[in-house]
Amino acid sequence: MNNIQLEWITMAAGIALVFIGLWGILTQKSILKIIVGFSLFDTGTHVILVSIGYIKNRTAPILDEAVDASQAASQVVDPVPQALVLTAIVIGLGITALMLSFALQLKKKNQSLEISNLKDLKW
Amino acid sequence: MVKKIIILVVLLVLAMMFWNMFSGIPVQNVLPEVSEYYAKNEPAEVGAANLVTAVVVTYRGLDTLGEVSILFLSAAIVGLLLGFQSKTEKRKLRKTSELLLTAAKILTPVIVMLGVYVFINGHLTPGGGFQGGAIIAAALVLALMADPLRKISHGFISFVESTSGFIFVFIGILEIFLAGGFLDNSILPLGEFGAILSAGAIPIIYSFIGLKVGAELSSIVSNMQEAQNITEYE
Repeated sequence: MNNIQLEWITMAAGIALVFIGLWGILTQKSILKIIVGFSLFDTGTHVILVSIGYIKNRTAPILDEAVDASQAASQVVDPVPQALVLTAIVIGLGITALMLSFALQLKKKNQSLEISNLKDLKW
Repeated sequence: MVKKIIILVVLLVLAMMFWNMFSGIPVQNVLPEVSEYYAKNEPAEVGAANLVTAVVVTYRGLDTLGEVSILFLSAAIVGLLLGFQSKTEKRKLRKTSELLLTAAKILTPVIVMLGVYVFINGHLTPGGGFQGGAIIAAALVLALMADPLRKISHGFISFVESTSGFIFVFIGILEIFLAGGFLDNSILPLGEFGAILSAGAIPIIYSFIGLKVGAELSSIVSNMQEAQNITEYE
């Protein structure tokens, strides 16, 4: 069990989420399920980004009693990916709300959420 | 059949790209140069105990401004799209259960208070404006679930949103003239490291970001509630 390390688990989980999300986007027929796929894809990239910033045996980038401010550079994990993910989560929420309201409009217009019934832009 | 093969090929190509990254673990053993600079000089330059907050609000403050604008844009488009809904179709709902009503009455103020706590302490503990704003919007979701007929005042939401956005940008521009540059937080004294009133202007800026994000998410939620067009209970 010693071989299984935290960074492997987090990155594998993130990659798995990305794959489930992309598979859902490509194969599902219902728009709501495609939106769920986008959401999973989004979450997966967040997990991968945070796991890239992880450094073994280090702690969260908050300078309190646990971390000496003068030694911080050798004790904390990378704060930059965490800051990126922090903003990406909120943007993801906004985009999901946007997609859901588009889906609501489509449902009102076509009485259906199946993408095979949406032929307006099909050539 | 062809479609399935294409999907499989796309997933396989992505898998190859990820395999390079996955086999490169551990990605790094020391901090990259930029992060190392942040970790070494942040206590003297910015004075926030939370490095992530220092990066989000001060070092990369311009990104945060852009990000808040994206959130505003998506909230505005949601409002626009849901405004097109025809108001002829009406929905009736079952009356909310006593449990949810009572729980919402007790919990909503507490959740709002937690949100305010999270964004006021954003420079000291995990959390900040975005998380606090999201918690405040969650309180609104609970209140709306308990009382789906409740009318949310759009005037108030847009007042909070535009005022806090204006103050955020105004403080940022003020800092060009009074401090080192756009969103440089040393306009106020840095104070004692780790105290609640420290890190210069960060607590003020992050509080207004929290209010702005909370107002934007609340406007998304209340637009979605109005699109349901619930008029009465059964």
